Amino acid sequence: MSQTKPYRVSHLDALEAESIFVMREVMAEFERPVLLFSGGKDSIVMLRLAEKAFAPARIPFPVMHIDTGHNFAEVLEYRDQRVATLGLNLVIASVQEAIDTGLVRELPDGTRNRIQTPVLLAAVEKYRLDALFGGARRDEEKARAKERMFSFRDEFGQWDPKNQRPELWGLYNGKHHPGESIRVFPLSNWTELDVWHYIAKEQIPLPSIYYAHDREVVERSGMFYAVNEFIRLRDGETSEVRRVRYRTVGDASQTAAVLSEADTVDKVIDEVAATRITERGATRGDDKVSEAAMEDRKREGYF
Amino acid sequence: MSQAVLETETAPAARMDLLRFATAGSVDDGKSTLIGRLLYDTKTIFADQLEAVEAASASRGDEYTNLALLTDGLRAEREQGITIDVAYRYFATPRRKFIIADTPGHIQYTRNMVTGASTADLALILVDARKGLVEQSRRHAFLTSLLRVPHLVLCINKMDLVDWDKAVYDKIADEFTSFAAKLEIGDLTIIPVSALNGDNIASRSENSPWYDGPSLLHHLEHVHIASDRNLVDVRFPVQYVIRPQSTTVTDYRGYAGQVASGVLKPGDEVLVLPSGMTSTIAAIDTADGPVDEAFPPMSVTVRLNDEIDISRGDMICRPHNAPAVAQDIEAMVCWMDETAPLRVGGKYAIKHTTRSARTVVRGLQYRLDVNTLHRDEQAGELQLNEIGRVRLRTTVPLLADEYRRNRTTGGFILIDESTNRTVAAGMIIEAQ
Repeated sequence: MSQTKPYRVSHLDALEAESIFVMREVMAEFERPVLLFSGGKDSIVMLRLAEKAFAPARIPFPVMHIDTGHNFAEVLEYRDQRVATLGLNLVIASVQEAIDTGLVRELPDGTRNRIQTPVLLAAVEKYRLDALFGGARRDEEKARAKERMFSFRDEFGQWDPKNQRPELWGLYNGKHHPGESIRVFPLSNWTELDVWHYIAKEQIPLPSIYYAHDREVVERSGMFYAVNEFIRLRDGETSEVRRVRYRTVGDASQTAAVLSEADTVDKVIDEVAATRITERGATRGDDKVSEAAMEDRKREGYF
Repeated sequence: MSQAVLETETAPAARMDLLRFATAGSVDDGKSTLIGRLLYDTKTIFADQLEAVEAASASRGDEYTNLALLTDGLRAEREQGITIDVAYRYFATPRRKFIIADTPGHIQYTRNMVTGASTADLALILVDARKGLVEQSRRHAFLTSLLRVPHLVLCINKMDLVDWDKAVYDKIADEFTSFAAKLEIGDLTIIPVSALNGDNIASRSENSPWYDGPSLLHHLEHVHIASDRNLVDVRFPVQYVIRPQSTTVTDYRGYAGQVASGVLKPGDEVLVLPSGMTSTIAAIDTADGPVDEAFPPMSVTVRLNDEIDISRGDMICRPHNAPAVAQDIEAMVCWMDETAPLRVGGKYAIKHTTRSARTVVRGLQYRLDVNTLHRDEQAGELQLNEIGRVRLRTTVPLLADEYRRNRTTGGFILIDESTNRTVAAGMIIEAQ
């Protein structure tokens, strides 16, 4: 070992080390953590980080899927496969079940993004969860740019942006009273491009819909929605088969695809590096409602 | 767009490193414009974000596209035209990924700046060339030094409004340099810029032929931060003990943590605190396999050759280079709670590295005026955003270094035990 060794750490290694540190802090200081797993790329990366944080032991907490019932088949298949491979305990909180039992009411437009929140909060209460890992990133959206790594939620699961705990150095304050909880965002400092570079570096498999494929889509307000059981053609609309991929995976009734030829991880990286539109702007109908749409949902207890 | 920026798209990610910097200043200094310019020149502002900001500016009746709206995301911020909280922004060039902690100048200024600076490699302070140094500039410089941010950049902005007059630049630079000399600032760079026009931001400007230093972006890309890490004092705070309950992996006992400082290698003799037991490192594991050395900021799992009782909050170090094992702590604290002041006799929870304890404030030596550096020794309490020197006694020993030597093992937070709020940031001066 020479004296001139530079002790270099790449930005991906630094981000990984920070995320692993955060996950271990949670495991050391909380009673009942859970990892929110949607089958989207961010939660998939988070799951890999959890694997690495506790190796050679198994991931020491369950994963929870808030299941809107509006799923992409490829994503469910992927979820079940990962759960089996890693020997995880999967908890499913079902929006359909919550509709059936009257906890929430189906919205007139049939979308389920917003009604996930009460389902999530009910699960927090039922399982007495005190820490919930989420895959949100600060670069996604400007309300998220101000969210803490450890984000305190009161007994109603609400986020109060004006009353956040300052976070200094690597000292995270996870203290809470019974009934309160902390949302933990280990990917806070990652960007969409970092996530893709990491997927490439770690050779993490993803649901196939993240790569370019032919799909029957309908164009609405410049976004391309898959035509399927959740999205049907309206009068005057026509569908067409286009080469597309998904940049984000959310409620299948509200998540749009982007036109793309990127069918490998390297091509996706090139595409993401060159794109001029944010991933949520390009693919999420739910964020376009108002300028503060995300902030409002977060205040209610959204991810 | 310059060639350097275009390379972003094909740059190998593995060769980039990470620089965190904190920006300080108010909207009037052009800070938001400067950040907007950096994001724009590195192609980080997206079309839909720009569109949203343009629409929001137009509906507010702003005469120009208000780039502050890019970062001011909360409803209350847009309504009141202020920034409430630290906002984190990200951009990258082929050399580096940058994390900006953008701290507002209006309210709770000190709390936010201290928070942003605590993890920063570099602090960026802006002054308006027409106004020169103001009280706020001195306060920013002081907090940079208090938090021991290794690099400081002073951008003298709006140089276009003083006709790029070298004399204006020289006067402000001289004044700031002599003020900075009274503080402990390791590395100071002063750059004349026009954030609005992009002069000396992404590339050198023809408007300042008398300036022979780098552009801001060039400096951010090249400033040498690798040596800022402490690679001498081995400090490994144990975070979590990994003991797999599995039939395939048996008898595994690993101490997980993030290296705070120093370089650990298998075979090294180590001292474990507070027990004082010694052992040698058997292996340093990661999920990708064992490594032959670990250094900051790596997260690893250390295994030792002897079975000794080690748990979270303990520290692995070297026999002849160990932190203090101390219950009496002298520290500078920045008070961050608006609901109650710090008082002598007050009891709090304290979090220091991975160790949690309780503490009582035994004394308040003085309150520091961050604008004049005057010490008020008559002060009986610290209010929100006030800084003072305190003496603490802890229930169990902390494994502590001076903050000036080690930002990780020298920093702590205080937590109110009834509200659970983080109420103070502390920097250790002396531990015994």
